[in-house]
Amino acid sequence: MPMQARDIEALIKSALPDASVMIEDLAGDGDHYAARIVSEAFRGKSRLQQHQMVYAALKGSMGGELHALALHTAAPAQK
Amino acid sequence: MGIREDIDGIVKSGDVVLFMKGTPQFPQCGFSGQVVQILDHVGVPFKGVNVLENDAIRQGIKDYANWPTIPQLYIKGEFIGGCDIVREMFQSGELIPLLQEKGVAIRDKAIG
Repeated sequence: MPMQARDIEALIKSALPDASVMIEDLAGDGDHYAARIVSEAFRGKSRLQQHQMVYAALKGSMGGELHALALHTAAPAQK
Repeated sequence: MGIREDIDGIVKSGDVVLFMKGTPQFPQCGFSGQVVQILDHVGVPFKGVNVLENDAIRQGIKDYANWPTIPQLYIKGEFIGGCDIVREMFQSGELIPLLQEKGVAIRDKAIG
């Protein structure tokens, strides 16, 4: 069963409450999304660690009902 | 020997190992194909492991790296990332220095 963008956003925000999440549906099939996520929790972490945090937030749906999620993660720009 | 040990052996069986869907000559997934293109463009020889041929490896590699998707790129036994990360590293100019820093030979055709 494909995932809705709002479900992805809700899962990410439940794990990263401060995150700003922008999700783009790449194919309109509920299976291929791109997400741009900015959160203070990413500061000081490698890209790999940041993406692993997002996959953890998705609680196993990544690679299952969600086939593709192109990720771009970052910490907020420093003021 | 468990699947984890098997995978560990494969990961360390070459300088650059790419767990992918399909083969370097015939990738069977767009994301796997993108990483193959990047590695070919950079000019680094690599070993392709077709996870579609072995379901135990296909599932086991995800636990091994705590990473839920394929492809997965390993350089000198270290998990570097999937398609997004390899592409981002290539585009930001980090991939070639990383290969050099790890002492991986790059064919001279690599473009600047």
